Amino acid sequence: MDTPDNLRYTKEHEWVRIDGEIATIGVTDHAQHALGDIVYVELPKEGETVTREGTFGVLESVKAVSDCYAPLTGTVVEINDTLNTSPERVNEDCYGEGWMIKIRLSNPSELESLMDHRSYEKFLKEESN
Amino acid sequence: MGFDGFSESHPFLSAEAMQGNLELCFQLEQYLAEISGFDQVCLWPAAGSHGELTGMLIIRAYLTAQGNPRKKVLIPDSAHGTNPASAAICHYDIVPVKSNADGEIDPHEIEKLMNEDVAALMITNPNTLGIFEENFKKIADIVHAKGGFIYADGANLNALMGVVKPGKIGADVMHFNLHKTFATPHGGGGPGAGPIGMCDKLAPFRPTPVIVQKDGKFALDGNRPQSIGRVKAFWGNFGMLVRAYAYIRECGSLGLHNITRMAVLNANYIRKRLEGTYHVPYAKPVLHECIVNDKIQNQYGVKTLDIAKRLMDYGYHPPTVYFPLIVPGAMMIEPTETENKQLLDEFCDALIAIANEAKETPDVLKNAPTKTFRRRLDETRAAREPKLRA
Repeated sequence: MDTPDNLRYTKEHEWVRIDGEIATIGVTDHAQHALGDIVYVELPKEGETVTREGTFGVLESVKAVSDCYAPLTGTVVEINDTLNTSPERVNEDCYGEGWMIKIRLSNPSELESLMDHRSYEKFLKEESN
Repeated sequence: MGFDGFSESHPFLSAEAMQGNLELCFQLEQYLAEISGFDQVCLWPAAGSHGELTGMLIIRAYLTAQGNPRKKVLIPDSAHGTNPASAAICHYDIVPVKSNADGEIDPHEIEKLMNEDVAALMITNPNTLGIFEENFKKIADIVHAKGGFIYADGANLNALMGVVKPGKIGADVMHFNLHKTFATPHGGGGPGAGPIGMCDKLAPFRPTPVIVQKDGKFALDGNRPQSIGRVKAFWGNFGMLVRAYAYIRECGSLGLHNITRMAVLNANYIRKRLEGTYHVPYAKPVLHECIVNDKIQNQYGVKTLDIAKRLMDYGYHPPTVYFPLIVPGAMMIEPTETENKQLLDEFCDALIAIANEAKETPDVLKNAPTKTFRRRLDETRAAREPKLRA
């Protein structure tokens, strides 16, 4: 599984890329792999508030419908509209074109709760056992 | 067998003119109450999920009458998928409860989550791993102590009937799937019938009308001021009620007890035969269904979907796959009580042969099915580009 070292991760298999006070959020390679072919993505609207550990979207695959949990609290500043028509981007390029939302952080101290790529890899290993 | 009296009855008949129908319903309610240990039964919901919704509406109505409908409903991750939907339609927020390593609900977890904001805990027992929630009573006590209710999902009643009465171990309201447990094969395509059993405390809120017996006659009582009202036009899916009634009478109490024993024996037999060939994620013996997954076959690049498709080449309708969600690549095998040992062996032989193919010739699985009228359908494209008109 691909786990880029410049990202932070959650136990719910979301990734976060921090750029100043903006966080870009998506689901990890492990998540897209476990879900299988994504057929529908539901995202919040710009301006909505997302709360850490609260749901911010839904991914529907041929196997299941799964909630996506916000890794951090903040306001949605941009969503990846292209996923409406091309949900397969999440499978093809989960860390790039398959990103889901960008939020403006309201509580940067929450960053400490996220895992780095090493801890996430370790977590994946534990989980598979 | 002919049921002329029933087949010629009409939904618009007066209560006076359908005494036989009402008597059957009245008795069926009593039989189901006896089987489940509940004080009262309402036959009207038309499906299991409809029963869930009715049960949750009753809980909400009770709590509202007490002054506070509360905000949340706890639902374990091993529950049936309709549970969260039913609670959400009743305006509750869903709080998921994680199962422990044994595949059961941990009472400590419930203790942590339970407070006076929680209206109910919805438990599927046995859960979707086929495992009996051994701490059911203890968990119910924790929820009751804070004024909450236990909604029991009774879809798996064919694992308990004649052995355990959910109403006696702490459940407050539960639906039955007459179309699964009582006569119709699981997955038969309906119509369904999802009666609910409930404790006396909740009964004032039950749907109307209520069948009552007065002076040797049956009548329909709609005068229940606290009732949530009607949940179904006319009299439920009446044909299913006739079938369930006939089935219960035909089997008798010993017969129903034996059905449960056979369902449990069959599931455990399959589990034992497949163990080693397929990964069995939970060590505990199961009740009416067993879960295996594709962990061993993954090393050959073969997934659950390939195994399921290949089963079709062997002439079997594949079992439920990728559910429950807490087991990656799950295959949920529920033989029910009806299969004999020879049929179970043939089915297990097929799955074992498929596991060998996964190792030796994985492409055979990836291209399956090959012997069906249609080859593998493109489920992804069907979902992404649905074509809903001809």
